[in-house]
Amino acid sequence: MNEFFHMGGYAFYVWASYGLTAGVLLANLIFATMRRRRILQLIQELTEED
Amino acid sequence: MFTFLHKYASPQYFYSWSANWQKWSSVIAVLLMSVGLYYSLLNSPADYQQGETVRIMYVHVPAAWLSMFTYMVMAAAAIVALIWRIKVAEIMIGQCAFIGASFTALALITGMLWGKPMWGAYWVWDARLTSELVLLFLYFGVIALSGAFEDERTGARAAAILTLVGIVNIPIIHYSVEWWNTLHQGPTVSKFDSPSAHPSMLIPLLLMALAYKAYFFALLFKRARAELIFRERNTSWVKALLKESV
Amino acid sequence: MRLFLFIFKRDILLAIRRRRELANPLVFFIMVVSMFPLGVTPDHAFLAELSAGVIWVTALLAALMSMDNMFRSDYDDGSLEQLLLMPGSKVVLISAKIAAHWVSIGLPLVIIAPLMSFLLFLPAQALPSLIITLLISTPILSLLGAVGVALTLSLRGGGVLSSLLTLPFYVPVLIFSTMAINAAAVNQPVSGYYALLAAFLIISILLVPFAVVAALRVSYN
Repeated sequence: MNEFFHMGGYAFYVWASYGLTAGVLLANLIFATMRRRRILQLIQELTEED
Repeated sequence: MFTFLHKYASPQYFYSWSANWQKWSSVIAVLLMSVGLYYSLLNSPADYQQGETVRIMYVHVPAAWLSMFTYMVMAAAAIVALIWRIKVAEIMIGQCAFIGASFTALALITGMLWGKPMWGAYWVWDARLTSELVLLFLYFGVIALSGAFEDERTGARAAAILTLVGIVNIPIIHYSVEWWNTLHQGPTVSKFDSPSAHPSMLIPLLLMALAYKAYFFALLFKRARAELIFRERNTSWVKALLKESV
Repeated sequence: MRLFLFIFKRDILLAIRRRRELANPLVFFIMVVSMFPLGVTPDHAFLAELSAGVIWVTALLAALMSMDNMFRSDYDDGSLEQLLLMPGSKVVLISAKIAAHWVSIGLPLVIIAPLMSFLLFLPAQALPSLIITLLISTPILSLLGAVGVALTLSLRGGGVLSSLLTLPFYVPVLIFSTMAINAAAVNQPVSGYYALLAAFLIISILLVPFAVVAALRVSYN
């Protein structure tokens, strides 16, 4: 198990890469969802103004 | 035939049929990513030269492949937007630019993290790295240009022209490792030759590449649909849609 | 052809009337190249190694700075619109304008480049290569710059954005040109690089004017 995390001494490089990838992919999804909600809210407000 | 295609391109119709594509792309992406990660991290051998750092390949190479694939999708959308002025295509250009920039930046940074243990340097100015960096600048340019116009449709058309002028960079990146014998390793997977990598490494690589591709489509449709609703906010079908969801 | 010559002569005439402005990129070129020995080191060997790249980058920046006057003054006073409404091929018209821009801005850069090479101790055998690469590439720079300017004509912050958009396209041209000059400096063959640059030039001449016309249409939307 320890060997897995240690990655033959390259732990920083391998886990930073995977972590960064996971981070970017998830962040994009989260931002997209937030954006969608914000847009729906904005349109809701605009239609209520009419 | 074009009336048939135009139906699919109309914003309202696009919004409804893309919902399914988004859902299925997401499901496939999650499945492939899980299996791919299992193989990448747990079920593939360490390289006899590079050791465990070879695992970085499974996140770096698909990101680089996607950075180029996204540009081709963006270019296709650009052609459609310029010739037929289809609104959905115009939206796709902007969204692809953003997603493409993310993938390119990811490819560059994971590449740097792979380069340090493998070559001893975070960065070298070899042909492939330089042209990938130029690709990142191109994406930034498209994003900047499309956002600089007050009218988003004009901005999309300007971005479309810029995209098509810059398409020359893609073959340069792709073939740079063949044309110049510099530091970055040569092509491993080619359409015409049998790949030079062992299946135990090829399988995780291809799984991750497909996972990234599915993710790309899921994210693209998600963002494009949100943008579409925003741009079409004054139409009756959007208003009806909102009434339903409330 | 007559349209080409007509527009070409018109733009050259306008450039001659504004010849004091044309000196600006040349002065920029000379001053910035001079800053390197002053700011970095006057060491002969070091400067000789850098000379190809420094001269090239500075020439590129000088050209980039003056891209704006290709269309902007005509756009501002409305004459560009009138020209575009003229009967005849817009592509020819734009090609003529870009050609006139190159003759008035790019060509002078090529002419004073040898002077710069003396300032930075460029090896003598590399000088023909410097001139040839600049001669082939400055039209490419003018063509690609035209795309950036045309796309951003109607925008307020247009000038800076145009430069940022154009620079990534300049990178391959810069790389090949400086590789050629550095190869010539050590007496290596350069014909391959020239062929590649010439190919770039031909493709740009054939395709870029169409992109510029499309971009102008966007700006006049």
